[in-house]
Amino acid sequence: MSTTTAPFAEVASSNATLRAFLHGLPGVDRVGADARAAMLGTRSIKTTAKAQAIDLAISMVDLTTLEGADTPGKVRAMCAKAVHPDPTDPSVPRVAAVCVYPDLVATAVRALDGSGVKVASVATAFPSGRSSLDVKVTDTALAVAAGAAEIDMVIDRGAFLSGDYLKVFEEITVVKAACGGAGVARGEQGAHLKVILETGELATYDNVRRASWLAMLAGADFIKTSTGKVQPAATLPVTLIMLEAVRDFRLRTGRVIGVKPAGGIRTTKDAIKYLVLVNETAGADWLTPDLFRLGASTLLNDLLMQRQKMATGRYAGPDYFTLD
Amino acid sequence: MSERLAVRKTYKLFIGGAFPRSESGRSYAVTSSKGDFLANASKASRKDARDAVAAARKAFPGWSSATAYNRGQILYRVAEMLEGRRAQFVAEVVDADGVTAKKAGELVDAAVDRLVWYAGWSDKIGAIRGSANPVAGPYFNLSTVEPTGVVAVVAPPMGPLLGLVSVIAPLIVTGNTCVVVASERAPLPSITLAEVLATSDLPGGVANILTGSAGEIAPWLAGHMDVNGIDLTGADADLAVRCEELAAENLKRVLRPAQDRIDWLADPGTDRMTAFLETKTVWHPIGV
Amino acid sequence: MFEYAPAPESREIVDIKPSYGLFIGGEWVDSQGEDHHKTINPASEEVLAEVAWATEADVDRAVQAARTAFTTWSALPGSERAKYIFRIARIIQERSRELAVLETLDNGKPIRESRDVDLPLVAAHFFYYAGWADKLGYAGFGSDPRPLGVAGQVIPWNFPLLMLAWKIAPALACGNTVVLKPAETTPLTALAFAEICRQADLPPGVVNIVTGAGETGAALVNHPGVDKVAFTGSTEVGRMIARSVAGTRKKLTLELGGKAANIVFEDAALDQAVEGIVNGIFFNQGHVCCAGSRLLVQESVADEVLDALKRRLSTLRLGDPMDKNTDIGAINSAAQLAKIRELSEAGVTEGAERWSPPCPIPDRGFWFPPTVFTGVAQSHRIAREEIFGPVLSVLTFRTPAEAVEKANNTPYGLSAGIWTEKGSRILWMADRLRAGVVWANTFNRFDPTSPFGGFKESGYGREGGRHGLEAYLAV
Repeated sequence: MSTTTAPFAEVASSNATLRAFLHGLPGVDRVGADARAAMLGTRSIKTTAKAQAIDLAISMVDLTTLEGADTPGKVRAMCAKAVHPDPTDPSVPRVAAVCVYPDLVATAVRALDGSGVKVASVATAFPSGRSSLDVKVTDTALAVAAGAAEIDMVIDRGAFLSGDYLKVFEEITVVKAACGGAGVARGEQGAHLKVILETGELATYDNVRRASWLAMLAGADFIKTSTGKVQPAATLPVTLIMLEAVRDFRLRTGRVIGVKPAGGIRTTKDAIKYLVLVNETAGADWLTPDLFRLGASTLLNDLLMQRQKMATGRYAGPDYFTLD
Repeated sequence: MSERLAVRKTYKLFIGGAFPRSESGRSYAVTSSKGDFLANASKASRKDARDAVAAARKAFPGWSSATAYNRGQILYRVAEMLEGRRAQFVAEVVDADGVTAKKAGELVDAAVDRLVWYAGWSDKIGAIRGSANPVAGPYFNLSTVEPTGVVAVVAPPMGPLLGLVSVIAPLIVTGNTCVVVASERAPLPSITLAEVLATSDLPGGVANILTGSAGEIAPWLAGHMDVNGIDLTGADADLAVRCEELAAENLKRVLRPAQDRIDWLADPGTDRMTAFLETKTVWHPIGV
Repeated sequence: MFEYAPAPESREIVDIKPSYGLFIGGEWVDSQGEDHHKTINPASEEVLAEVAWATEADVDRAVQAARTAFTTWSALPGSERAKYIFRIARIIQERSRELAVLETLDNGKPIRESRDVDLPLVAAHFFYYAGWADKLGYAGFGSDPRPLGVAGQVIPWNFPLLMLAWKIAPALACGNTVVLKPAETTPLTALAFAEICRQADLPPGVVNIVTGAGETGAALVNHPGVDKVAFTGSTEVGRMIARSVAGTRKKLTLELGGKAANIVFEDAALDQAVEGIVNGIFFNQGHVCCAGSRLLVQESVADEVLDALKRRLSTLRLGDPMDKNTDIGAINSAAQLAKIRELSEAGVTEGAERWSPPCPIPDRGFWFPPTVFTGVAQSHRIAREEIFGPVLSVLTFRTPAEAVEKANNTPYGLSAGIWTEKGSRILWMADRLRAGVVWANTFNRFDPTSPFGGFKESGYGREGGRHGLEAYLAV
């Protein structure tokens, strides 16, 4: 059942070996990491590079609604926006995915049928992760059964912070298996698993690095910063550390893992900083929606406004873009 | 009954805790202020100076990393030993300076007191001269003082005991090691002081004392590439210029001769310590 | 692939005159000599302006002006001097974009660095020392410490305006007046500073700027009317100055060369260590006296660190210093480029292995790619001599004691770096490294409150902090 990558086959044989491995990773100096992220944030992306970056960013958006007040109507409207972010301009690329709660997956799947926009669902007692493993697995299985192509699970931060790394590891492997759904037996590919570290609750960058490796070793396809329900959500330095982790993981295993910062990314300027971070940390290989996503909602309209400004030379106004 | 013939002392150099004669085999006659013969002192050569620098360098790592408390204790011990030999020093100062026994007694007392004063500085100068610097960023930033290294000294020709103690004590209390060229005219108290140093737990090589001609030896020390600083307090104007020029070769820290006559009985202040201290500033990020 | 389009900073903001005179007694005056030289943009070899090379007579005039001004300036209440210096700090902040552009044009350093490092530090330095001017009695140098008089100051080309700030701010705060000579290849920001002094209504003669090369500097340093000499530059020139002030009462501070060891232990935070190595030697094209030009890496992680370093160097962007995304700008002068080339060739000849990332070099101007030498021995020239360019020499060590021994095995002693996650080892190392600045888990950080200066042949005296006052007070 273990999906541990070959070079690290023994790492998860016990909590002690897992702990030894994770604590053997190089530390992260917070001030140095912050300074590096801030420096990359000063990159000046203009003209053609900016136009390219805006379209790339749009194509990487996981358009998200995760409210208690979500309704099928709201989700259908968002799906329409996902497929045609700017109805007046067909050259605008579609977003990567929409991200909803499990009970709205079916609605989203119907709305997006044939569009190429994927449906992602949060699962595993999102956002706190505070439930039994059975509930988490069932939650995942329901979403997959409803047609979710991607599952955004949360790790058990309590277990992680108390040092029970093996529990976190095993939960991820079990959820990963549940992502396979009934179809895996027929050789179909299962849903992609994004593992949310909820970095805002992990307290240190050392923990972000360890949690990244833990998730990757356990079979994550993506590592994701945040639920969006905890502050701070995505930050540049945290994303930097996760990008270093996927870079190093590929060097050591050959496996390529995606990264998704989510929460708090609101402006084009923010989004471009993340793309620069990807470009100069993990490298250009990651500059694709297959390996990098931006979990956001209001960001999309700002990208559209900036895009229009580039095209027309005039500053755009919010009344000209839909609020769905 | 005839008077007993005194057993005279042989005055030698003080290098690395030992008392060798000059490798050159030279000596010179030392007379009292009245012109009476007192003793033949060793006349150190450039090679003796070289050996003294080697001894001072060898002693530096241990002495500079000794705790300030320990260095203070040892300086205090030097004061104790000097006090114990008070009568001998008084007699030597009378001979050397031609002062009254009462005046000589005051000078010796002042020398003892000066050692005690400097002994107390060992674990305080760092607090006075160091600082925690409030930099504009997430960094802990601390400046501390460290000894410069091996320091050569041209001791003052006047004040053969008090002047000498007043130039050696501030150097060694902060962790420097030194090579001192004693007063050429009145070198004998310096060797008696060396005997005190040698019996005061001061590690060999921390203070090395050469007798002879400052004009001959000091330029070799000033030009020596393994000497880090030079105190020219006792150098005359020509020698001081020559030594300062030579000292430029490896950018020695130079303490020039004072413009005015020094009152050795006055409060010395901290300048003689700070002249041979380096400030080291350490940065470290502050983060979780 | 994500190519950043050119993002050049506009040079419209600066107004460079075709020629400049000397700034003496608050006025622009012509040199009494005929010697004029062009200052160029090292990134394009374009002539920016012509400046006078001041003669002995010009220097004399400047010293006289400073002497005259000293009487009134030193008698001003400290609180009034403070306000002048605060004014200067504010004007620098207001004009920082212009000054950053001017610095980059004249020096060749990336605009990102002149904008984000040099100029903020320049303003901060004046702001910091302004505050000292009326508090000198609390600085630990006696209750009423007196200024020295006229300060003759000679500064280098690597951080032209920042070095000016390091020299002028504490001098003025303490009540001295100054004659400053900027480096011959980078006079323009010092000349702009002269204008700032006028905008601040600084009394005439308090700051005098004389441009020129070595002879002008020598005339200033040797002038009998100078009470204080402050020099930042090469150890060779520092030696000459130390010799020349022998027998005078001139107070001397020197901030000279370095060959810093940047020491990386196996337990370091490796990603940040790699950044620290890059920042240590490639910041400002390696034209930094405290540059971490010797990487000492523990053998057990040497391969890993070098691989990561090389990967990281491949992302460095060399080119137009005015482009906001440029990481490595131009070498400041043809002469400096020749020196870097000469030493790098010596490195190859002596058997070290040379590596540079693929890196297109512009056709015009002075350029040198980021370069790493591996297999370097302590005896190689590239491990001993200051290269003052973007060239890193990599050596390895096995134990902390060996690292200390190698780090200290140099006549220099300006700075050092330590990378380890173990606190007690940092302090053990910091204790033993004979260097004036020790950066632990960081590198090339500067702050006006933090004393800077070297041990051994890296010079003497400290700039910055309370310590920096001592150089300009009669103590």
